[in-house]
Amino acid sequence: MADVDKPRRNFLSRIVWALGSLAVLEAGWIAASFVGARRRKASTGEGEGVHVAGPVEQFEAGTVTAFREGEFYLARLKDGGFLALHRKCTHLGCTVPWVPDEQRFACPCHASAFDIRGDVLNAPAPRALDLFPVRIENGIVIVDTSTPIRRAAFEAQQVTRV
Amino acid sequence: MRVVANSLILHVRPARVPAKALRYTHTFGLGGMALVLFLMLISTGVLMVFVYEPSPERAYQSILFMQQETLFGRLIRGIHYWSANLLIGVAVLHMLRVFLTGAFHGPRQSNWTIGLSVLFLILLSGFTGYLLPWDQISYWAITICTEMMGYLPGFGQTLQRVILGGTEIGSATVINFYALHTIVVPFLLAMLMTWHFWRVRLAGGVVVPRDPGDDSSAGTDYVPFIPDLLVRETAVALILIAFVLVVAMVFGAPLGEPANPGVSPNPAKAPWYFLGFQELLLHFHPLFAVFIIPLLVAIALLGVPHLRYDADLSGNWFLSAKGRRMAAVAAGTALLLTPLWILVDEFFVGPAGWLPGAAPVISNGLLPCGALAAGAVAFYMLLKKYFSASKNETVQALFVLFLVGFALLTITGVWFRGEGMALVWPWQM
Repeated sequence: MADVDKPRRNFLSRIVWALGSLAVLEAGWIAASFVGARRRKASTGEGEGVHVAGPVEQFEAGTVTAFREGEFYLARLKDGGFLALHRKCTHLGCTVPWVPDEQRFACPCHASAFDIRGDVLNAPAPRALDLFPVRIENGIVIVDTSTPIRRAAFEAQQVTRV
Repeated sequence: MRVVANSLILHVRPARVPAKALRYTHTFGLGGMALVLFLMLISTGVLMVFVYEPSPERAYQSILFMQQETLFGRLIRGIHYWSANLLIGVAVLHMLRVFLTGAFHGPRQSNWTIGLSVLFLILLSGFTGYLLPWDQISYWAITICTEMMGYLPGFGQTLQRVILGGTEIGSATVINFYALHTIVVPFLLAMLMTWHFWRVRLAGGVVVPRDPGDDSSAGTDYVPFIPDLLVRETAVALILIAFVLVVAMVFGAPLGEPANPGVSPNPAKAPWYFLGFQELLLHFHPLFAVFIIPLLVAIALLGVPHLRYDADLSGNWFLSAKGRRMAAVAAGTALLLTPLWILVDEFFVGPAGWLPGAAPVISNGLLPCGALAAGAVAFYMLLKKYFSASKNETVQALFVLFLVGFALLTITGVWFRGEGMALVWPWQM
């Protein structure tokens, strides 16, 4: 074979490789967007995840109310402020029940515990319970459970006040 | 008919095999057993696909229907369940056999890597199948496993969201797991297993046992594959099938209460083959327990055939008499130190208690892991010096040390962790 052919062959084989990789990328992109479409559909529902908890007076200071279908706890602090806490333990995702006698959330899985503000009382939980945004419209408490908010610990500005 | 069958078999299997390789205790037939279990899983799995309905609302009901109203439904699900659990054990033992007979040198280097990929896919298959019954056990085990993934630095939460198809376990998760469990993983497994078997053929069959001073190739006696090896393989396969059938008939497959996202069982545990990691999570900072330690283990396993060894020792269990003694010492050390570590961490203050000021990543991660690594290095040096051993034998001892340690962590997680993951005796659970 003449040496003249060599650059041409190299060029051609490089083109084949480039086109081949492009095809693989395209196929990957198609697959990812095909599967991903399902998730977008699930998350774009307007007003989905918005829960009307009830009128402000219904919740006494220093109490915790469980909302089953919204998967959150509405905590009213001693000073009258509201916090909506995700019921999922930040350690490994178990559901934490509220124990009124001990005034704490106690995780059944690895003995983590949280206070009424969601702050960690007992390791191994690495951070405070996740929050959901709370707003108060015309004296009605409304909680948006579409995305939990991660936080390291309790801070005063997380509380919604009347 | 028989001629056709024989020539068909000889298309995939060799015509003659080394007589020495037939000894049962040389391989224990573990690779073949894994294949038999895989075939049983495929045949029962295909049947269950016709009955199972992959959605949170229907999944549990369809399993109940399968168990109660389908002819042999309980048996078929039992076979699938027990084959899957046995397969994980058999695959790990097979890896152990390959390692301890030094069958990863020379032409078998790449097959070690393929085998590890097969093992990974088997675990993935078990993991994706675990959610499908949609009972309390499966729901919370998968919750714990996917939350463990969330601790991976950087990409953990993205990975978790992709696997779950959302932020919580729901219908997208069931579909994801169903598609992976019934199509993607079995397909990849079948391809990689074929490749694995073909590489065994290329290497001239299983590693041949040899006596000290033997030349590896000279003077090996060969016997015909049919009937000598075929009969032995068939016998192992039939005994295994009978065993699985009996276990499936007697014990069936467990099915708990239907999944209830509002109530976590106490204790909530990952599938048994991941309980070693869950146990690590009780002792180490999550970054170390679910990322750094598994990463180091994966690197070490992948690196096994690529270390620079003193000699290409292969074919004999534990390499030599000295290798056997060293492995026994390593196993003994692990048997002593692992429970000690667990007890000290449980009942006395861990390093986190002695260093209250330090960040948990350091006091509960870097420090104990550093101590562990230093201990392993010291163990390696001491053993090598004391036995004046080759690198092959010392690496083998270190492997045995860590493997026995991890096995003990798994055993602790399965049988010695009760409510709130506190240490209990198995009969108190």
